[in-house]
Amino acid sequence: MARITVDGRVLEADESNNLLEALLGQGEDLPYFCWHPEMGSVGACRQCAVVQYMNEDDQNGRIVMSCMTAVTDGSIFSVQGEAAASFRQSVVENLMLNHPHDCPVCEEGGECHLQDMTVMTGHRDRTYRHLKTTFRNQYLGPFIGHEMNRCITCFRCVRFYQDYAGGDDLSAFASRDRVYFGRSDDGVLENEFAGNLVEVCPTGVFTDKILGEHYTRKWDLQSAPAVCTGCSIGCNITVSERYGQVRRVNNRYHGEINGYFLCDRGRFGAEYVNCDDRIPYCGIRNANGIYEATSSDETLAHVKALIDESQTIIGIGSPRASLEANFVLRTLVGKENFYSGLSNSEAEISKLLLDVLNSDIKTPSLTEVKDCDAVLILGEDTTNHAPILALSLRQSARNEAKNLSRNVGIPLWQDAAVRKLAQDVHSPLFILTSFEDRLDDIGIPTRMSPEDIASAGFSIANGIDDSFPAGTVGHADIQTIVDALIRANKPLVVTGSSPASPDIVKAAINIANSLSKRNANTGLVICTDEANNLATVCLAEKSFPTSGADVAIVLENDLSRRIPGTALDSWLAQIKHLVVIDSLDNNLSAQSNVVLPAATFAEVGGTYINYEGRAQRSFGAFKPKGDIAPSWNWLLNLCHGQGLLHDVEHIDDLLQTLARTHTELAQVVNAAPDAGFRDHGQKISRMTHRQSGRTAMLADVNVHEPQQPGDDDSALTYSMEGENLSAPNSMRAYIWSPGWNSNQSINKFQDEISGPLRDGDPGVKLFAGSSEVDRFFPVESSPGGSSTGIRVVPRWHIFGSDELSNKGQAIHSLAPSPYALMNPHTASSLGVQAGEALKLSLSDAPSLPVLLDDSIPEGCVVCPVLEATSPYLHLSDGGDGALIKDESWAPAAREEDVIMTDRNS
Amino acid sequence: MIESIISQIRTLWTVLIHMFLRRETVQYPEEMPYLAPRYRGRIVLTRDPDGVERCVACNLCAVACPVDCIALEKTEDEDGRWYPEFFRINFSRCIMCGFCEEACPTYAIQLTPDFEMCEYDRQNMVYEKEHLLIDGPGKYPDYSFYRIAGKTIGGKDKGEAENEAPPVDVKSLLP
Amino acid sequence: MDEIFIYLIIFGTLFGAILYAVVLVWFERRLLGLWQDRFGPNRVGPFGIGLAFADMIKLIAKEDWVPPFSDKFIFIFAPTAVMIAMLMGFAVVPYAPGIYVVDLNIALLFFLGMTSLAVYSVLLGGLASRNKYALLGGLRSAAQMVSYEVFMGLSLMGVVMLSGSFSLVDIVNAQKDLWFVVSQFLGFFVFLIAGIAEIHRLPFDLPEAEHELVAGFHTEYSGMKFSMFMLGEYLGVILISSMIVTIFFGGWLGPDFLPPIFWFGIKTFIFICFFVLLRGAIPRPRYDQLMSLGWKVMLPLTLINLMVTGGVVLWWGQA
Repeated sequence: MARITVDGRVLEADESNNLLEALLGQGEDLPYFCWHPEMGSVGACRQCAVVQYMNEDDQNGRIVMSCMTAVTDGSIFSVQGEAAASFRQSVVENLMLNHPHDCPVCEEGGECHLQDMTVMTGHRDRTYRHLKTTFRNQYLGPFIGHEMNRCITCFRCVRFYQDYAGGDDLSAFASRDRVYFGRSDDGVLENEFAGNLVEVCPTGVFTDKILGEHYTRKWDLQSAPAVCTGCSIGCNITVSERYGQVRRVNNRYHGEINGYFLCDRGRFGAEYVNCDDRIPYCGIRNANGIYEATSSDETLAHVKALIDESQTIIGIGSPRASLEANFVLRTLVGKENFYSGLSNSEAEISKLLLDVLNSDIKTPSLTEVKDCDAVLILGEDTTNHAPILALSLRQSARNEAKNLSRNVGIPLWQDAAVRKLAQDVHSPLFILTSFEDRLDDIGIPTRMSPEDIASAGFSIANGIDDSFPAGTVGHADIQTIVDALIRANKPLVVTGSSPASPDIVKAAINIANSLSKRNANTGLVICTDEANNLATVCLAEKSFPTSGADVAIVLENDLSRRIPGTALDSWLAQIKHLVVIDSLDNNLSAQSNVVLPAATFAEVGGTYINYEGRAQRSFGAFKPKGDIAPSWNWLLNLCHGQGLLHDVEHIDDLLQTLARTHTELAQVVNAAPDAGFRDHGQKISRMTHRQSGRTAMLADVNVHEPQQPGDDDSALTYSMEGENLSAPNSMRAYIWSPGWNSNQSINKFQDEISGPLRDGDPGVKLFAGSSEVDRFFPVESSPGGSSTGIRVVPRWHIFGSDELSNKGQAIHSLAPSPYALMNPHTASSLGVQAGEALKLSLSDAPSLPVLLDDSIPEGCVVCPVLEATSPYLHLSDGGDGALIKDESWAPAAREEDVIMTDRNS
Repeated sequence: MIESIISQIRTLWTVLIHMFLRRETVQYPEEMPYLAPRYRGRIVLTRDPDGVERCVACNLCAVACPVDCIALEKTEDEDGRWYPEFFRINFSRCIMCGFCEEACPTYAIQLTPDFEMCEYDRQNMVYEKEHLLIDGPGKYPDYSFYRIAGKTIGGKDKGEAENEAPPVDVKSLLP
Repeated sequence: MDEIFIYLIIFGTLFGAILYAVVLVWFERRLLGLWQDRFGPNRVGPFGIGLAFADMIKLIAKEDWVPPFSDKFIFIFAPTAVMIAMLMGFAVVPYAPGIYVVDLNIALLFFLGMTSLAVYSVLLGGLASRNKYALLGGLRSAAQMVSYEVFMGLSLMGVVMLSGSFSLVDIVNAQKDLWFVVSQFLGFFVFLIAGIAEIHRLPFDLPEAEHELVAGFHTEYSGMKFSMFMLGEYLGVILISSMIVTIFFGGWLGPDFLPPIFWFGIKTFIFICFFVLLRGAIPRPRYDQLMSLGWKVMLPLTLINLMVTGGVVLWWGQA
């Protein structure tokens, strides 16, 4: 710790920081543009100027850029002094020379960093008499709008896009006052993290098009602290509503998980909440097989009667429903009748993850992932399956560069210098997958079939510690990988369920197990398919029933995506009454007898357990319309009908009951304060203190304003009454601080820039991981693929593979159409070539146009994970049928539909 | 002491003789008062000199409104011009303070000298955009926001706004 | 016959006083309007007199609310006390020869006692409200009234000495030759000011000073209970006016072309107007100014008046 003097006050600051970080960390207001807490300093904008004095006698001092000034003990600065303040004011005036007069029609207005900083410096009038430079805009895809005139050339966008996220299609063009940030041509931004440009850009050059469609200013949004349900990482998000519709999702800083960034699926994937496929009210299928809309009371009475009459009842949970909903369903049907509803492989992998979390193998948080200096990815397509993890892995590859800088004494915040010094040096990142990966550019990729990956994994574990069994397939690179992992200070193994192969996960566990005997810092990350896989496997022992029942209640689960068609159909045939609780229409709800409309994550609170066993409470931003209700509420009503959980009314009672009956999950009650929490005697507001239009927004319906709805289930209110600034981190509905209207005000809630939130990051880790599990898996010969020896390898796509987000228009427009990607040898063994298509015998699933790629391992047919391609993906999971050439398929008819999937290729 | 008692008595006398002065009260409605053009009465939405809605749905009037009686939502035409999809003022809440007019960056919302808008049914006090829009520019006949703002709209390309240079040719090799 | 006549007078006094007070609500506003270059309420009924009744209907129809935190019994009792005390005061007012409820030989003391009772209502109302503004108002009224009562009573003693009786009828009759306002001008002056303070009318309305105390002792009152306080205040105006007339301005005495009761009415009316004029013209003093005026000016004045009157009476009596 160094002691520095700022405006006569003595402050303590960390010497590894630059002065700007130190000052912001102390709560000082200092304007900046080009610096970003996660991306370091380049000193481009000259906005954060302060005066530095040589010593106490120095009266003049000199102007320095605080972001480029190291904190040294005994240094003296002036921030508020006249010289520095007037310098900053003239800098912002210069930056604003060409800024157009269009704040009223700019989506950034009201949460614009440039606006905040301009006000902070005191600049008002443009005195420059000459013309403003203008630029033409580009089309950048369905997510991001471009308005280049507003640019102040801080270079943050390209630094994020190219340097941080590894994209190469957004760059700076031209020179001097003509500098242009965009693509070489119009087109969709390829990077999966492009959405962060909206927050990274200090002004409105890159704007959120989805928000823009029904644009609402930040102050008018009713927001809630939610947890992203797009993948198993559990990023913290702020979901915002206006006029009963979700308007946008914004990043909510979490020091251990997402930090400052989100992936595009998380950011733009909430559109489905507003879509036409939402189930608006209850329905009962009548005697003629036609659905009739019914009132909720009527439907509940009907279902209660069904349960009363039934001999057997089955409940199927869901990995995308909240822990609470799964728990109530389990209580309703009984432990032995409750199933997780996962596919076989997913259930097995989720159980393996649970074992790992309970063992002494460490599962690092994303912040810890960034510090890992050797990474092995086994089969997992991180960018598409758990995207934000890929962004962290990309940063971990920089550790070698950071080491180089440390050795020559360059502080790590000197971003440009660190990158120049490192050039293309990366920490080892080994990628063992069946198809190309977005991290290939910084990694050492090897393409193998999933079986070979598992086998290689076993061999690596054996290479590290020969008491572990070796795989059957040898590979030249194995020794390199072993050496790199052993040499590393913090090695990391990443795997997951995207290849749907438990063997790969077992191999990864073996590697982590063997490595942690040598190095306690070894980390293992196992990604699952959905946000709450862990919750379901904690509550359910079995994944899918084999026998039928009188009543089956399926909770938020489209079983057709997880269970092979024939197995599902034969099971459904044994069910007398199928009750489906879901938010969107899907294949299963179409076959149900009763449907109950469920609220989505944007409307209801719940607990989600992420890949590292961290339980996080998510809160809904608004009350759902009409009869739509939280799933747990429907089920709780049914429980009350059976005399169960009769003392439970609110979500807090539910969690208390859960904590009593499931001691291993007892900590979930601490994920967030309960509904009785009061901050300074008040609840916490979901609306900003300057929400507008309250007495007019519903006046067209009735001029007498309705009472604001109450919220008995949480300490949040659906109004502007209450505190937000001092709210607990797990319940802060929006990020705002006086004078800091943009999301960058997050520095006011941290003690140290990029550190944890003040008073700790939200969520609790459930699994202590104390028990020393010293076990390893023997090599098993995996059944692998269909009879012809051809294996269908599932390939996740960030847009389209996720069931819910794919219902949003923008996401859906970027989803791939079905395809079959294979190498030419495999194609010829299947009797097809490019321009032809495969189909599945005994199935009416859509045909897969054949695409050829030499790098795909032989015997593998890579098929995207989509609703339509489920029958193909089930082939390796007990599904029937064989891949055959589709003779009737005509390419011309479908040519334009085949989007070349690949934002990758 | 005596002086102050006399002062009080003089006060009483002065007030008393006001009995014989002219009344200042205007006997509305028999007698109509003069209302200046900038009187703060009923709110209207104006059009720019080209006859297009001036409102750009920036929401500043709504946020300035102390009684929160303005609600609107932005939409966009095919050329990128912002305008309100709906614009609603609940006049039963309006206090005619004129903050919305001051906040308006485009002179779209203006207060007029008409204040006689009583209704027997409160519901009729809710005015939608079609009730608020007038056909002229109101108090600022020449102002057109989009001619100054940098945003492109139909009929005004990049660089055609006031004080703007033509768009940069990014691909030019000239220094 | 006599008994019926007495009852008639009692009922006449009760209803007449209350009706007068109600109309006064409207009349005061018209009068204030007149002196402030306005019209005042002139829309409801002829000259706007309907306003008095509209106001009454409004007050009666309002929700009768007792704050849950208040001391309920006292809260309800307080406004009734002021009404009762003020109406009782009218019992001794002689309107004309033979037209009075009762001619007590201690009428003056009875009147002073009744007006003093009204203090309790204000004080209790303020305390029972359990509201800091009400409490402050109640405290002020207690101190103010206790102070002003001292010389209010003393200021009348000169009149008593001159007339030799506490009976108001006797006092009026003693003024046949000369109104006491001439011989007892200091007494009149002190009684006028003390009277205003006693019924806490402007400019001495410090217990309810709305600029400082929201509404003072009746902050928590509304509806009928509030209107009882208000009626009590207007009854007080009428009572004090009629007492001034009776004691200093010869009561019903006047030239013969009008019956005595008219003279009484006209004189009282003029004083009511004067009270309204005071309200319209004189600003409210500070609280400490009010107290020092009372103790340092009014009390010495009264004592001087008393001594001089006593001396003169003794001297005249001996001579």
